[in-house]
Amino acid sequence: MLCKSMWSNTTSPIVRSDRTMDHKSDIRFVGLEISKISKRIIPCLDVKDARVVKGTNFNNLQDAGDAVALAKFYYQQGADELVFLDISASSELRKTAVELVRKVAKEIFIPFTIGGGIRTIEDIEQLLKAGADKVSINTAAIENPNLIKEAAKEFGSQAIVVAIDAKRIGSKWSVYAYGGKKETQLDAVSWAKKAEELGAGELLLTSIDCDGTKKGFDIELTNKVSRSVNVPVIASGGAGKKEDFLDVFQKTNATAVLAASLFHYRELSISELKKYLKENGVDIRES
Amino acid sequence: MKIVIIDYGAGNTANVKNAFEKLGAAVTISSSEAVWKNADALVLPGVGVFGAAMKRLNGKCDAIVKLISDGKPFLGICLGMQLLLEKSEESDGVQGLGVLVGEVKKFRGKLPVPQIGWNKVEFQKSSLPQGLKNFYGYFANSYYCEPKDNSWVAATTDYGVKFPSVFRQKNIFATQFHPEKSGELGLKFLKNFIREVKQ
Repeated sequence: MLCKSMWSNTTSPIVRSDRTMDHKSDIRFVGLEISKISKRIIPCLDVKDARVVKGTNFNNLQDAGDAVALAKFYYQQGADELVFLDISASSELRKTAVELVRKVAKEIFIPFTIGGGIRTIEDIEQLLKAGADKVSINTAAIENPNLIKEAAKEFGSQAIVVAIDAKRIGSKWSVYAYGGKKETQLDAVSWAKKAEELGAGELLLTSIDCDGTKKGFDIELTNKVSRSVNVPVIASGGAGKKEDFLDVFQKTNATAVLAASLFHYRELSISELKKYLKENGVDIRES
Repeated sequence: MKIVIIDYGAGNTANVKNAFEKLGAAVTISSSEAVWKNADALVLPGVGVFGAAMKRLNGKCDAIVKLISDGKPFLGICLGMQLLLEKSEESDGVQGLGVLVGEVKKFRGKLPVPQIGWNKVEFQKSSLPQGLKNFYGYFANSYYCEPKDNSWVAATTDYGVKFPSVFRQKNIFATQFHPEKSGELGLKFLKNFIREVKQ
C-alpha cells in the first residue's frame, strides 16, 4: 500500500491507460453489481511515531503533524473511512501503532484501517483489539498467503484488507513487495483473485506507475482487477483532481478511492469532492 | 446514565464503549448478571458467527431474555440484533435468544457478500429519529433478519433484498449497521437511544 509519492524518484516510464473501455458492451455493467453501497472517499495518512509524514520525496520526510488531529479533521469533513500506513513499522514501533489506534478510536467514529509491517495473527489481534476495524496486509500476505486465510477465519473477512502494489510490465501488471522495492513473480490480476479466494474482504490496489503523478488513476489496471473479483476494490495512486475520482467510478468497478497528498496539501477538500461526485450522479454518503 | 455492554468475548466492544463515552455516558463492559441488572441500558454488540456467539452466551441467555422482557432498555448491534431471533441459516440447529419470531437469512444475490460499506437506512415515517432523514449506516454483514411479522421494523435497507436495518419495540432497539462506526449521524442515533432511555 502506497499512499504518497513513493515513486516520484523512480525512472520507470509512466504507462497510462487510454481511458477507453476494453469492450463497449461492458459499459452497461459498470458499477451495477455494487450499486447499493455508496462510494467511499478514503484519505490515507502515512505515519511514523504517531506523526503524519508527507512530502513528495519518500526519502525526505517532512513531519506534518499530529496523526490524531489530522484524522479528526478528515472525519469532520466527511471522509468515509481512513487508512493509516505505519511506515516505520519495525517490531519496536508496533507499540506506537497500537497506541495510535487506541487514540484514533476514541476520536473518530467511522471505520479505519491500519497497515504497515503487519506479519502475524498476533499483530492483527492487537491492532483490532485496540479499535482498528481492519488491517491491511501486503508483503506478509505475498510471502505467506496462508496468513490471509487464517486471519479471515479468526477475525472475519470484513477486517482483512490485502494491499496490492502493481506495476505495468508489458501488457500485464506485476506485484511488488517491500514498499514497491521488490518485484515478485505474481501477476496482479491472478494475485487479486487468489487473495479473494483466501478470504480477503477488500483489496487496496495501488498503481506504482501512477502514484505521485497526479495524472489520474490507472483505469485499465483498476478495471481489470475490479472486474475479476467480487470483493470491493479501493483504487489508489494518481489522484490529481476531482475529475480523476469521477473517472475511476464511472469507468471501473472500484467502490472506493484512496488519496493522500491531494487532501494533505488542501488542494482538494473532501467535502468539495463529495459534492462534485454527488452532482455527477455518484452515490455518495451525506454526512 | 449507566450503559452496560454485555461482554461475551465476541467482537468490538471497545468501539461501542468509545462512542457512548463520547456522548457522555458511563460505560461498563461486563459479563456479570448482577451488573447487567443494575444498568440503565444494556447493549449487546457482536461481530462473528451466530452459533459461536450463542455458545459463548450459554447459561446467560435466560438472564438476558428476562431482563429484556422485564423492560430493561436494550440495544442489539449487528450480530446482537440477529441473536434476538430464533435461528440463523449461518448456524444450523442453534437456537437464538428467540425474543422475536423469525429467522436470520443469508444474502443471496449478485451483490458481494459480505455487504461492507455505507448503505441508506430508510426509516418508517412514524419512527424517524430526529435528524436522520438522509442517514447512511456502516454495514458489515453477510446475514440479515427476517422476522415473521414486521411490526418491529423501524427502518429498512436495500441490498438486493430489502431487509430490516432497525428494530424498535417498546424497550428494545436493534440495528444491523454499526452506529458506533456510522459517523456523526451514527452518534446521533445513539444519542436518541440515550434520550429514550432517560424518558
